[in-house]
Amino acid sequence: MTDTVHDDAFEKADTLFGADELVINMGPQHPSTHGVLRVKLKLDGERVIGSECVIGYLHRGVEKIAENRTYQQFAPYVDRMDYVAAVSNGLGYCEAVEKLLMVEAPPRARVVRTILAELQRIASHLLWLGTHALDIGALTPLFYCMREREEILKIFEKYCGARLTTHAFRIGGLQYEAYDTLEKDVERFCEDFEARVQEYSDLLTGNSIWIGRTRSIGLLNAADCVALGASGPILRAAGVKWDLRKQAPYAAYDQYQFEIPVGSRGDTYDRYMVRLEEMRQSRLICLQAIANIPPGPIMARVGKVLKPPPGEVYHAIEAPKGILGYYIVSDGGTQPYRVRIRPPSFVNLQALDKMIRGHLVTDVVAIIGTLDIVLGEVDR
Amino acid sequence: MTDESKAPQSSEPSQPTAPAAATPAPSAAKPVAPAAAAPAPVLVPLDNELSRRYRERFGAAIQDALEDRKQSILIVDAAQLLEIARYSRDQERFDLLEDFTAVDWPRRERRFDLVAQLYSFAHNTRLRLKAQIAATEEAASLTAVWPTANWYEREIFDLFGIVFRGHPNLKRILLPDEWVGHPLRKDYDILQQDTAWVRENLGIESGQ
Repeated sequence: MTDTVHDDAFEKADTLFGADELVINMGPQHPSTHGVLRVKLKLDGERVIGSECVIGYLHRGVEKIAENRTYQQFAPYVDRMDYVAAVSNGLGYCEAVEKLLMVEAPPRARVVRTILAELQRIASHLLWLGTHALDIGALTPLFYCMREREEILKIFEKYCGARLTTHAFRIGGLQYEAYDTLEKDVERFCEDFEARVQEYSDLLTGNSIWIGRTRSIGLLNAADCVALGASGPILRAAGVKWDLRKQAPYAAYDQYQFEIPVGSRGDTYDRYMVRLEEMRQSRLICLQAIANIPPGPIMARVGKVLKPPPGEVYHAIEAPKGILGYYIVSDGGTQPYRVRIRPPSFVNLQALDKMIRGHLVTDVVAIIGTLDIVLGEVDR
Repeated sequence: MTDESKAPQSSEPSQPTAPAAATPAPSAAKPVAPAAAAPAPVLVPLDNELSRRYRERFGAAIQDALEDRKQSILIVDAAQLLEIARYSRDQERFDLLEDFTAVDWPRRERRFDLVAQLYSFAHNTRLRLKAQIAATEEAASLTAVWPTANWYEREIFDLFGIVFRGHPNLKRILLPDEWVGHPLRKDYDILQQDTAWVRENLGIESGQ
């Protein structure tokens, strides 16, 4: 169904004026590309008939660095991939190394991790919503979203002293005990947040300009999502009820009740609705988690020098942007033999070409926004 | 500290195996052999329905079936990786290529491991396919089976220098097109860089 729409538009665009096609560069310095992404657009008039992503401007060789650091030394580096969701990156890495070591974080650590990871999901989605709306021309949501995100960053700051690249977790558990008013702070945030999400929804959900700019834009159906590896909210917006927090529960997610929102059409509007509902669900998880943080130790018994037994492990978590996987190979030494990071943004960005074909140049901005990419993670 | 001091002690009682365990350098070149030699319970042979079906279908092309920390691994013949991939998708319903990467073991005759993480939505299971390949060999591209392999393979080509036969657009993806060298190879030092490229394109002596 969606395919035929795409093909018709493609055919029409190809022959519209019989003029030569035009190739223009979008980026790497362009405010709507959310970083240093360059897209070569092949245009017929204003219609996109082909594209190519040029990435790597932020490549720092994170995987090479990992081979030259100890397991603990590498942990802060993962925060610098998806720097708007550093807590999630750290959670995935710590859990992967724990699997490699065959230890488990204590229950108290797992619950605190879950709380912070869900706050991070909300913060990541808030930044996405604000900038995505800004790209499309709605200035106001950005201010509201930043206001709420600030509250979350304050909680992070109180917990570990950092706001963005938090390095909140340690291999084996937590470095810091939950501070005295953590529950109260999270509760206060959650109380306010319900009405705040409703505010965003009031601003955008029924807004005819918003609908006009997002409905049927950037269609990606479930089969294409799977073929191209697109995960996270993109996959769910295409109607696939799939979330690693349910499929392969990690941290403390198996203890909490929450829904996985899904869309039906797989367009930009559906992805907006899915992420909005995910924020509400994350809020519910936080409320359940703070109601009962079990007492006990926050650190498993791991040595100061980590020497995982030779072997390998793959561990994936549901980061705000999709499947975040770590494949770590140990040769028995203190440094990992190989760390492979499967970043959601990198894989999701690959779907861009399919999504923008047949659309106008202005829609490219909306579609890059809806993919929710972070270039630090794409390029690593 | 305490664990550091404990580690050598714990390996001492097993006198016969101690010399073998004390030479980590050669064991680094072979991922499977040292774990099999040491009495480590982490790596065990995999013998379940799934591995039996693969063995029945592909015979000797399935060189080994292992389980490491409860994760299933099939070591397969690189020459048949494409057929095995297609079978995995169509018959075993591993519809998602979750990740595709490589690992360099320079001391081994066929130095690279190609590592594919497969996921099945229908069964909610994962399977890891590993195939050994030499630097001089070409691997068959998996893009025909899983389109998502496109960028993964470009990244492997970029950082390891493995060529994929049948790839629609095989060129560097993260590094500049003219860059010389493949940084994730073990013989590429972390301080190494393409100084000629850096000088010419950035106008500075060193990128460090």
